[in-house]
Amino acid sequence: MRLSVDHRTIYRFTEPQSRLVQMLRMTPQNTHDQTVAQWRIDIDCDARLRQGRDGFGNAITMLYIDGPIDGIEIDVTGEVLTSHSDGVVHGAYEVLPPALFLRPTETTAQDKAIADFAARVTTPAQGRIGALHRVNEALHERFTANPGRPEPNLGAAAAFRLDSATSRDFAQMFIVAARSLGAPARYVSGYLLTEREDDHRPTPHGWAEAHVDGLGWIGFDPFTGDCPEEHHVRVAVALDAAGAAPVAGSRLGEGGERLEVDVVVSRDGQ
Amino acid sequence: MGKQAFDEIMGAPGDTRVRPELAALGRWIEETPDAELRRRQQAAETTFRQLGITFAVYGENEAAERIIPFDIVPRVFLHDEWTRLSEGLVQRVEAINAFLEDIYGERRILKEGILPEDLVMGNAQFRPEIAGMRPPHGVWAHICGIDLVRTGPDDFFVLEDNARTPSGVSYMLENREAMLRLCPELFREFRVAAVDSYPDRLLETMKSVAPHGVSAPTCVVLTPGHYNSAYYEHSFLADTMGVELVEAADLVVDDDVVWMRTIAGRVKVDVIYRRIDDDYLDPLVFRPDSALGVPGLIAAYAAGNVAIINAPGNGIADDKAIYSYMPDIVKFYSGGECKLPNVETWRCREPQALKYVLDNLEDVVVKLVDGSGGYGMLVGPTATKQEIEDFRAALIAEPHRYIAQPTLALSTVPTMAESGLCPRHVDFRPFVLTGSKGVQVVPGGLTRVALKQGSLVVNSSQGGGTKDSFVLMADQSQRMGAGGMTQALGGMTQTLGEGMPGPEAQS
Repeated sequence: MRLSVDHRTIYRFTEPQSRLVQMLRMTPQNTHDQTVAQWRIDIDCDARLRQGRDGFGNAITMLYIDGPIDGIEIDVTGEVLTSHSDGVVHGAYEVLPPALFLRPTETTAQDKAIADFAARVTTPAQGRIGALHRVNEALHERFTANPGRPEPNLGAAAAFRLDSATSRDFAQMFIVAARSLGAPARYVSGYLLTEREDDHRPTPHGWAEAHVDGLGWIGFDPFTGDCPEEHHVRVAVALDAAGAAPVAGSRLGEGGERLEVDVVVSRDGQ
Repeated sequence: MGKQAFDEIMGAPGDTRVRPELAALGRWIEETPDAELRRRQQAAETTFRQLGITFAVYGENEAAERIIPFDIVPRVFLHDEWTRLSEGLVQRVEAINAFLEDIYGERRILKEGILPEDLVMGNAQFRPEIAGMRPPHGVWAHICGIDLVRTGPDDFFVLEDNARTPSGVSYMLENREAMLRLCPELFREFRVAAVDSYPDRLLETMKSVAPHGVSAPTCVVLTPGHYNSAYYEHSFLADTMGVELVEAADLVVDDDVVWMRTIAGRVKVDVIYRRIDDDYLDPLVFRPDSALGVPGLIAAYAAGNVAIINAPGNGIADDKAIYSYMPDIVKFYSGGECKLPNVETWRCREPQALKYVLDNLEDVVVKLVDGSGGYGMLVGPTATKQEIEDFRAALIAEPHRYIAQPTLALSTVPTMAESGLCPRHVDFRPFVLTGSKGVQVVPGGLTRVALKQGSLVVNSSQGGGTKDSFVLMADQSQRMGAGGMTQALGGMTQTLGEGMPGPEAQS
C-alpha cells in the first residue's frame, strides 16, 4: 500500500525566544515491509539541520535556530510503501537487545492493576504470542478509543484508571502488561491510515511492539485491537512514548508556548 | 578488630618496632611533640578553611559547610609496593575502558555469558540513550578513582571503582602543599614522588582525546555551579590547568558543534571535563526538566565533535551490582588473572548468598547496590540489634538491592586523636588517567581516615578525615640530581625530571 503522510507541527511562543534547539524523531526508516519512497522535513524559518541517530537506532534530525523567534512550523511530508507482514517486524535496524525492553520507566512503571488484568485475561496454555494477542484485544475492549491529543506525562498506571484512552495510553498500558508477562515490549511512534480518508488528527499515532523468541519483534496496536499491517508507518521506537517523541525541544527565552499538530495520512492512487 | 590490623608504619600486629624502611618516620613521630603536631595540623586546617575547601553534609539541618579534618601523619607506600599496586590499577582501568567500549557496542561479554544480561540491561546505569555512540579515540573512563583497602604490606583490595566523576584530587594536591610547608623535614628524609604535575597531566590527557583533526583543542571544566559541594575542586582544577570553568548556560550547541560564549565572541569547545551527572548533561536526551544541561550536547558527542570526560554511560562500569563480576571482567578483556582482587562479595540476589548473609549479619557489611557516600549501609560488628533487624527485614523484602562483604581488618596509620597518636583505619583512592596514548597512575592519591576509634567508615560525610599519601621513589632516585630519570610504570613509560619536578624542585 502506498501511504502519503502530511504531519504539521506548529509552536507559537508568547515571547520571542533567543534560541531554539530541537531533536526531531520524524524520519521513518526502511524495513523489509516498509520502503520510504520520499520524505522531507521543511522548516518555515532559517534553521540548520543535522542528521544522526539516537541510542535506540532511530533516525534523528537536530534543528538549530537563532532567535529572536516567536514561532516555528515543521512540515513533514512523504510517501511510504508498506506491505503485509502479519505484524512481525523484519529487517529493522536494531542497536539494543530485547532484554533492555523489560526495563520500566516513569510512565511505564510496573503496576499491580495492569499486571492483574494481564494475568486475568490470559492463560498459560495460550503461550506467549497468544497471551500478547489476548492482552491487545482485551485492552481494546476495555477502553473507548480517544483520537484526541494525549494528556502530557500521563503514565500507564493512571491511564488504566480512566474509561477512554489515546493511542499513546493504549500502547503504554500494553507495554506494562506485556512486561508483566515477561515479554520485552517497547513503544512505537508513527502514523496510521484512518478509516475515513483525509481525516485530520491532532497527534501522530502510537502503538507497541513485543518480542517473542523465535519470531522477533511483533507489533500490537490496542487502539485498533489488531496487529499493525499495511496501515501503519513505523517511525521511532523507545522504552516509552517520551523516548520516541517526535519532538524533544529546548528553547531559550521567557514565556509559554502553544502547540498545534495536524496529521493527515491518506492512501495514494485512489 | 582494630587490634589485629596491620599498621602501615608500626608494622604487623604484635610487632614492637616500626617497619624498618620507615624507621625515620617512626623517629619523627616519636620526636615531634604532640603539641607541635597539633599546631601544624591546625595551621593546615586554617589554610583549607581560607581556601574554601569545604563540603556540605547531606542530612544535616543547617546546610553546614565543613572542612574535612586533616591529619598530619602521612601514610607511606614503599616503592615496590607502589609498583605492584600500579600494575593492578593499570590492568583494572584498561579493563573498565574495554568493558564500556564493548557494552555500548558489540556486547561480546554478554554474548559469551560472562555477565548475566539482565544485570546490565535491567540496570539504570546502563544508558540506552547513548548505545552505539563511541567517544573520540575510544577512551571512556579518562579519570578513575579506584577505592582500595589494605590488610597487609601487599594485600590490597578494590572496594569500589569510581569511573564517573571521582572527586577528591584537590585534597591530594592541597594536602601535599600543606605537608611541604609544615613538615619540610619529611621530604628531606624521604624521596617522595611529586603529585603537583597532576593538573598538567590531566590537561595532557584531555588534549590527547580531542576529536580527530583538532590540533589546538579548547578544553573546559563544566560545573553545576557554586552550590555544588565539590565546587572548590572544579574551580581549582580549571585554575591550575589554565582552562575556562563554565556552567551549562555558557555553552551552546549549534550545527552539532559545542561553542562557549565569551566576551570576545563564540569559541569552539573540543573537550569538556564535566562534573555533572549524565542525567543533567542534555535535556533533549536525559532528564527533560534539567536546567543544568546543554541542549544538543549528546548530538555533538554522537557526531564525534566533542569529547566528554568521563564519557556518558560510565555508571554501568562502577555499579555495585557489576562490581562483584569485576575479576571476571578484567580476566575477559586482559586475558590474564586480575592482579588487584575484589573484596569478597555476596550477591544477595542469589538465594545461597542471601542465606549466608542473613545468618551472619553481625559480621558483615551490607550495602545498597545503588547507594553511595556510606549511606544505606550496615556495618554488622558495630550495629545495634535494631539496625540489624531493620536490615534483615529489608534484605528479605528486596534482596536484589543489596550486596554484602566481610568486615576486613583494614590497615591503620597513626593518627592524632584527643589522647595523642592512635591507630586509625584508612582507605585509599589513587587517581588513574587514561588518554589516547595509554594509562597512567598518579603517584599519590587521597587517603581517607576514620577518625573514630575502631570505625571503618571513612566517608567525609560520616566523620572521616584525610591524610597525605607519600609514594617513595626508587632507591637510585635518592641519589638523583636535577637530571631526571625514566621509570616504567605499569606498561606506560613516564618521564620524571623535565616533565615532573623532583622533590627538590617541589620543596
